[in-house]
Amino acid sequence: MLRGRMKGFFGKYETEGFFDEMFDADGNVRTHYAKILQRFAEMDRASFESKRTLAEKTYLNQGITFTVYSGDEGTERIMPFDLVPRIIPAQEWQHLERGLEQRLRALNLFLHDIYHDQRIVKEGVVPMEIVRTAKHYRPELVGFDVPHDIYIHICGSDLIRGDDGNYMVLEDNGRCPSGVSYLLENRQAMKRVFPQLFSRHAVRPVDIYPQALLEVLRYVAPHENADPTVVLLTPGIYNSAYFEHSFLARSMGIEIVVSQDLVVNDSCVYMKTTKGLQKVDVIYRRIDDDFLDPTVFRKDSVLGVPGLVNAYREGNVNLCNALGTGVADDKVTYYYVPAMIKFYLGEDPILPNVETFLSAVDSDRKFILDNLKNLVVKAANESGGYGMMIGPKATREEIEKFRAAIIADPRGYIAQPVISLSRSPCYFDGKLEGRHIDLRPYILMGEKTTIVPGGLTRVAMRKGSLVVNSSQGGGSKDTWVLDETEGKC
Amino acid sequence: MLSRVADSCFWLSRYIERAESCARILDVNTQLVLDSEMQNGNADSDLWMPVLSTLEEQELFQSQHGNLNGDDVMEFMTFEKANSNSILSSVTLARENARTVREQISSEMWEQLNRLYLHLQSPAARAAFRESPIGFYRNMVDSFHSFQGITDATMTHGEGWQFLQAGKYLERADSTSRVLDFKYHVLLPSGERVGGDLDITQWMAVLRSCSAMEAYLKLFHDRITSWEVAGFLILHNNFPRSIRFCVGELDQALHSISGSGRGHFSNEAERLSGMLRSSLDFTTVDSIFQTGLHQYLDQTQTRIAEVSRALAETYCRWL
Repeated sequence: MLRGRMKGFFGKYETEGFFDEMFDADGNVRTHYAKILQRFAEMDRASFESKRTLAEKTYLNQGITFTVYSGDEGTERIMPFDLVPRIIPAQEWQHLERGLEQRLRALNLFLHDIYHDQRIVKEGVVPMEIVRTAKHYRPELVGFDVPHDIYIHICGSDLIRGDDGNYMVLEDNGRCPSGVSYLLENRQAMKRVFPQLFSRHAVRPVDIYPQALLEVLRYVAPHENADPTVVLLTPGIYNSAYFEHSFLARSMGIEIVVSQDLVVNDSCVYMKTTKGLQKVDVIYRRIDDDFLDPTVFRKDSVLGVPGLVNAYREGNVNLCNALGTGVADDKVTYYYVPAMIKFYLGEDPILPNVETFLSAVDSDRKFILDNLKNLVVKAANESGGYGMMIGPKATREEIEKFRAAIIADPRGYIAQPVISLSRSPCYFDGKLEGRHIDLRPYILMGEKTTIVPGGLTRVAMRKGSLVVNSSQGGGSKDTWVLDETEGKC
Repeated sequence: MLSRVADSCFWLSRYIERAESCARILDVNTQLVLDSEMQNGNADSDLWMPVLSTLEEQELFQSQHGNLNGDDVMEFMTFEKANSNSILSSVTLARENARTVREQISSEMWEQLNRLYLHLQSPAARAAFRESPIGFYRNMVDSFHSFQGITDATMTHGEGWQFLQAGKYLERADSTSRVLDFKYHVLLPSGERVGGDLDITQWMAVLRSCSAMEAYLKLFHDRITSWEVAGFLILHNNFPRSIRFCVGELDQALHSISGSGRGHFSNEAERLSGMLRSSLDFTTVDSIFQTGLHQYLDQTQTRIAEVSRALAETYCRWL
């Protein structure tokens, strides 16, 4: 309906046959984007540029940066931020919320099961071989109970939309999902540069996240301690996510500690303070399992706290997420999540997986090897966009490299059809162009499940690219979930 | 509070104060040089050596530059990364410490410090410096003052703030003693007499670099003598950059941290700061000059360093 009247930036916008978040296939604006399109159409290039500069300056001054090293000089860059928000209507969000809650419930039941009776293995739903060979499976934790049986307290499940606009789960991040600080800061930046937009839309707020997280962390304290000491354990200021660690600790009002701040005495964890040693009950750790305790896992880890795992096993301290959750975000385990949902909950999955082939299964492997140039191949235990090949864009050499790797280690790889992720208009140099995006919501599980409305929308900034990870040049944009009462605009 | 955090707050504050002192000294010396060039075309080395001596940087500078000239000294003390006491290095170190305690300090403090750091690295800072070094150093000092104001106005005056106070006043006491000593390193050219015009100009420079000119003149009107300037900057009880005032505030901060009453001590840092405080309370300018000003300042610097060591031992011995 607005098609004929599209002015300014949107004058020449092309959806190029992809599913576009803002426009339908005929080029008509989707109703939930109508108001914002109208606002943007009123703006000229100069005023949009000045808003963009203001946003960038906000990030730089606050130190919301990651460090890029070249030579001996590290330069701090901001994560690219796009000013065109992604909007999710209320009903669409309710559907996602139900699906994500269901999925995390099943994943936690799965983790409890494989670290106890292994019913799902005995009943032939998931092969033991897959569990046993998962890189992050911790057999030494079998039989160990965690408070309230919650393993993944904080989950980041990546959602994508394909050609038909239906949402699918691409992967689950059940170890230390990061990025939530960008979600919160993006909202702050948008409020600062486009205050009027928020008064025209009923956008659900996101700033409850830190308090909801703290509630979860306090709930899972050992021995039902009603007033536990909670700390956030970071690898340190040189870690690329340090800004986020510090941001979360500040927003929750808890101490941020590095491993040298902690010491284990008599199987209890203490922090070193100016008034002596103070007992710690819950550790929100942003360090991978392998680096937590040099006496148990990697001996060369300087990040860890000697004796920490022992204190954990004695039940004197809780770790969030729990040890050993990595088995659930192995990409081969991912294949079985819909089956887990059926098995544990007796429900149909609300959010489907992306169609996945396991090279560990003979028939699938043959299919994968015959179709490498049409598939996306992923290493089962890599993240951040590493260890991945997009067939149609790969060179012959890369394809052969992956072929050899799959044959050598079938358990280590999966393949999926190439999905042309949905696109959202992004501002580039005076005009708007479509870029592929995904969505990472953050799901918290404590006494109840809390999902901050929306999530982090990640953007593949390079034209045509399908890789949204920040380590691969991805950016982000603010994500709006509209309030139900707004319903129709 | 975590020992590591206490340590970072303390050093964050010391580096800020150190950078400010450095900017003050460079500002004042630049002005002094302009005055003397007009009077008698002295060599750059005579005019700039005192700055390096005061800041104890002669060796590193000479290993890098050999001959002394004003531009090199200013560059070395302002932007040189290899010089750990340059303004840029101090600000960088302050920011590194601030980064590790971001959840303790306010966002406003962090943003002010971060802006300052980004500015110092930018071409804009270089351009401003070339345009007017004096203007540049004034702006620096203003930025540090903003940081202090923001700190007082936005951070809870709890334990972390007390460690910031301790670091600030300890470093300030030390730098005031160094600025006073500056005069010891400035030689009067032959033909100039003590109490003569140039001598007075130099003492005025010392006062200015401590922002003490106006406060001093209120007390002593038109008399500027070594005796009274030293007495003012060492022993005045209310001027915020006098050594006695700074040691008093340091002592107060230490007692607030431990919660023990003043006039007594509960740890070695308090004992040493208390002793230094009472000796400043009961000293006269006469006895300082009997010891010799330079020797007295030297001893004071040593005693201040001992307080700093004892503080680390008391609160951060785990690290």
